[in-house]
Amino acid sequence: MLLIDCPHCGPRNESEFHYGDQAHIARPENSESMSDQEWAEYVYLRENPKGLFRERWVHSAGCGRWFNAVRDTVSSRIVATYKQGEEAPISAEEEGGLL
Amino acid sequence: MRYSAFSLLRNTLSHHKNWPQLWGSPDPQPEYDVIIIGGGGHGLATAYYLASQHGINNVAVLEKAWIGGGNTGRNTTIVRSNYLWDESAKLYETALKLWENLSQELNYNVMFSQRGVMNLCHNVHDVRETKRRVNANRLNGIDSEFLDAQQVKEFCPAIDLRGGGRYPVMGASLQRRGGTARHDAVAWGYARGAAKRGVHIIQNCPVTGFDIEGGAIKGVQTAKGPIKAKRVGMVVAGHSSVLANMAGFKLPLHCRPLQALVSEPVKPAIDCVVMSNAVHAYISQSDKGELVIGAGTDAYCSYGQRGSMHNTEGTLAAICEMFPQFRRMKMLRAWGGIVDTCPDASPIIGKTPVEGLYINCGWGTGGFKATPGSGWVFADTIANERPHALAEPFALSRFSSGYLIGEHGAAGVAH
Repeated sequence: MLLIDCPHCGPRNESEFHYGDQAHIARPENSESMSDQEWAEYVYLRENPKGLFRERWVHSAGCGRWFNAVRDTVSSRIVATYKQGEEAPISAEEEGGLL
Repeated sequence: MRYSAFSLLRNTLSHHKNWPQLWGSPDPQPEYDVIIIGGGGHGLATAYYLASQHGINNVAVLEKAWIGGGNTGRNTTIVRSNYLWDESAKLYETALKLWENLSQELNYNVMFSQRGVMNLCHNVHDVRETKRRVNANRLNGIDSEFLDAQQVKEFCPAIDLRGGGRYPVMGASLQRRGGTARHDAVAWGYARGAAKRGVHIIQNCPVTGFDIEGGAIKGVQTAKGPIKAKRVGMVVAGHSSVLANMAGFKLPLHCRPLQALVSEPVKPAIDCVVMSNAVHAYISQSDKGELVIGAGTDAYCSYGQRGSMHNTEGTLAAICEMFPQFRRMKMLRAWGGIVDTCPDASPIIGKTPVEGLYINCGWGTGGFKATPGSGWVFADTIANERPHALAEPFALSRFSSGYLIGEHGAAGVAH
């Protein structure tokens, strides 16, 4: 069981949360002119990195709010949690790297 | 050496000291016709069928650790083919038919035991969904039948139909031809068969990069140096995204830990496989007497090969409701494997954006049952450089064409 530090409520058990997978995926603005391949990339293709990963969680049994976390997908150690809209502590290039 | 009663007798006389090695440890050659990355069941089966069915013997299987040490050695050994859609039904049924003759084909006992697989229904919706799947299976020529609660009790007397009030059993689907097989033996049998036909099985040899020129594969970089090949098959399950990243493309995969556990061995108590899709619990009894129990996947992406305790706790709570007599059983071992799940719970087989690089991944929580069929269609795909007819619907391009094959119900584990 992970101990997840909700930026709004503080550290709580993982069982209070639901997972939202990869963070910082912006909905495309030119959706009417996108090709099928571009849609596939937006909807389905994911980083799925081995190492640091920027991901979303929702504190469903708590404040109910979505937030982001940086977690190492090998050790499951959570490096940081931060509110939605805030700058990620690592860049996209650093994803998949190790601590 | 062919295994037989005679070879057993002969080796008994020499105190079993002269059994030959099943496969060697050759040094990698500078070039092969085909390289298979990943020495799990699927990769070894692919190499075996390349050699035995397509006459391509100059093949190397590159395994980063030891063969069969990944998901092949970590699953709950269940084999069945009762999938909903035509595409999946044909693929998994092809695999099941190969299973039925696999021990003879490989001259290696994979201990395939067709003891019957039951998928339980706990509510009215489950019953409707299951009946639909049973009917779809029968239309595809797969043996599948619906059992009402009383018939479930007759087929598996150990089950408590009341399910502690929480998981009442209202019926089940039953595939009598389904069952279990010895997972290690599958890897070893295929490895032995492939090695006998000249395939090089190279262990402790992780792939560290791809040599791609003009959009076509030329070879791979490994811990044991560069190896050339114009055709490379990638069958690495949990690490598919990592390797795809090295080759410069992305996959629609999510890696999750999936846990399993075994109990202390006891006398025979369950002579079939019982799966409960709604509560992510499945149970069977191994030949050694251990209860083999599978749990659901953890929620988050992970490469850690272990999962959270609360998942196994939930699974065991459900098992105890349905089989109250197991409440005092002690669990001996628990472990996790990294399953590469697809958004539609179906595998990806076929070409990649890199010419000559083929992929077979995304089997998620249910790859073991498909091992022979997966190897069969993938070998054919690589040998003829076009997707096998059964593999065609499972192309990577289905995520842009929209022809997804949603098998979340039949996959049996929520993810």
